[in-house]
Amino acid sequence: MSVADRRDRGAILALTGPAYLWLTATIFLPLSAMLYVSFLDKSPLVPQPASFTLKHYEAFLAKPVYPQLMLWSLELGALVTVFCLLIGYPAALALAKVVKGRWREALFLLVVLPFWSNALVRTFSWTMVLRPGGLADQAIHVVAPGAPALDILYSYPAVVIGLVHSYLPYMILTCYISLQAIDDSVIEAARSLGARPWHLLRRVIFPMSLPGVLAGSALIFVPAVGSFMEPRILGGTKGAALGMAIEEQFTVTANWPFGGALSFVMLAAVLLICLALYPVARRRMEGL
Amino acid sequence: MQSLGARLLTGYLWLVLLFLYVPILVMAAMGFNASPLYALPFDFDLIWYRELAGNAKLINAGINSVGIAVANTLIATALGTMAALAFARYQFRGKTVLQLLLFPPVAIPWLVIGTAMLVFFYWIGIKRGLVAILLGHVALSLPYVIVVVGARLATFPRAVEEAAATLGATPWQTFRRITAPILAPGVIGGALFAFAVSFDQFVISYFLAPPGTTTLPVEIYGAIRKGFTPEINAISTIIIVVSMGVLLLTARFYRFGGEK
Repeated sequence: MSVADRRDRGAILALTGPAYLWLTATIFLPLSAMLYVSFLDKSPLVPQPASFTLKHYEAFLAKPVYPQLMLWSLELGALVTVFCLLIGYPAALALAKVVKGRWREALFLLVVLPFWSNALVRTFSWTMVLRPGGLADQAIHVVAPGAPALDILYSYPAVVIGLVHSYLPYMILTCYISLQAIDDSVIEAARSLGARPWHLLRRVIFPMSLPGVLAGSALIFVPAVGSFMEPRILGGTKGAALGMAIEEQFTVTANWPFGGALSFVMLAAVLLICLALYPVARRRMEGL
Repeated sequence: MQSLGARLLTGYLWLVLLFLYVPILVMAAMGFNASPLYALPFDFDLIWYRELAGNAKLINAGINSVGIAVANTLIATALGTMAALAFARYQFRGKTVLQLLLFPPVAIPWLVIGTAMLVFFYWIGIKRGLVAILLGHVALSLPYVIVVVGARLATFPRAVEEAAATLGATPWQTFRRITAPILAPGVIGGALFAFAVSFDQFVISYFLAPPGTTTLPVEIYGAIRKGFTPEINAISTIIIVVSMGVLLLTARFYRFGGEK
């Protein structure tokens, strides 16, 4: 090996070493430690020696309540992702293909601004709007004075609304990026060949923007499945999610091994779903 | 003349913006309303901001949040910029693996990362507290800094550096006069990202904060669960104004969406 090579090696190590040591100590080792703990019969908080066990994973399956929570969380994640796509895609389309120039820049900034505000604060905002006598209630009574009082705070719909509000900017952002990359001349060509607007969208624009749709969906689905703060604040007791059960194992019952097992079951489920959908998505994109 | 469809789409975009902003505006407005029960009609008063000024717990949590965000910004920006430089300047085995390793901290739910940190830090003897929170925040910020600075480096004209060296500049002069000024917008953009990630971070801080010492988001979460007062609106409004100010600054250095 030449001297220059060795000097390069030293430089690479010196430049990347600190960042990756940090990531190892705070992300990769903790995740490994948690996986290890999930196979221990006693919490590390207990001073006695622990031994290997599968009982925490068995406990997940033993009571129907945990698979049920898992299912609810996956359902919540899917529902939030679908709503974000339905609401966000047309907005991204307007931003990328209709609005022009400085207006586009300003509107784009307006879209991404709220997701730079604290998620907790945004969730808290919804309690102001959705509570009985809140803005949504009052607005409905202005339109329809005889309507019954709106009482959806601490309900499943409230959790969905809060999460969609939190994650919508991700979907608009990723769809916007891939929609913007579509050359206008392609759209013009399809139009001059006689494509009706609906066909144009379904056969040309949507397939070409699929990478953005998929990226946005993944960015929303994963954290939405793992959410615990939004279900707690907006759902009360009715917005049960697996994330809340995991949180309790660490903050209330201090059962770390079981909490770890629940976390890894959740990660595995999310990963499996993404892997299962990946070939379908790829075939779609290759079929262009 | 725009088509009907185009005008409908633009109108729809404004509706979506309304959905995004209404709750935040309502929350901010209620911070200026005298009623402690958020009752209407609206009666303008600064009472909740005065109450906030006298609330030592919230103020202390705020000071902790700012302190951690500043320390996090300095550390994450320095380490992240170094790693980004290595990725841009050198071809080496394992580079792709290192770059792929930036995904887990961003893609795995914070709930899982935060609880894993709690377990591991307990194990190796790092107590819950501000240091543990800082360790966690830097880990979450690093991938953002590396990607943002890397994007700037990707368009870096290497030839200018080589020209400076050929014309007799020392490595230090080249760095100070050529490399640093060209790199600056990327580094500042990365730093602002790091600040925002830390200042808004709730989940990681929540699991790593000991009773008594907290950051602002953790304190707000406690207050929301105990039954909130409009003081929380006041401090939330301040947080939003600060965060959005930081983003607007970022946008100045880093033109989002405007390119092409």
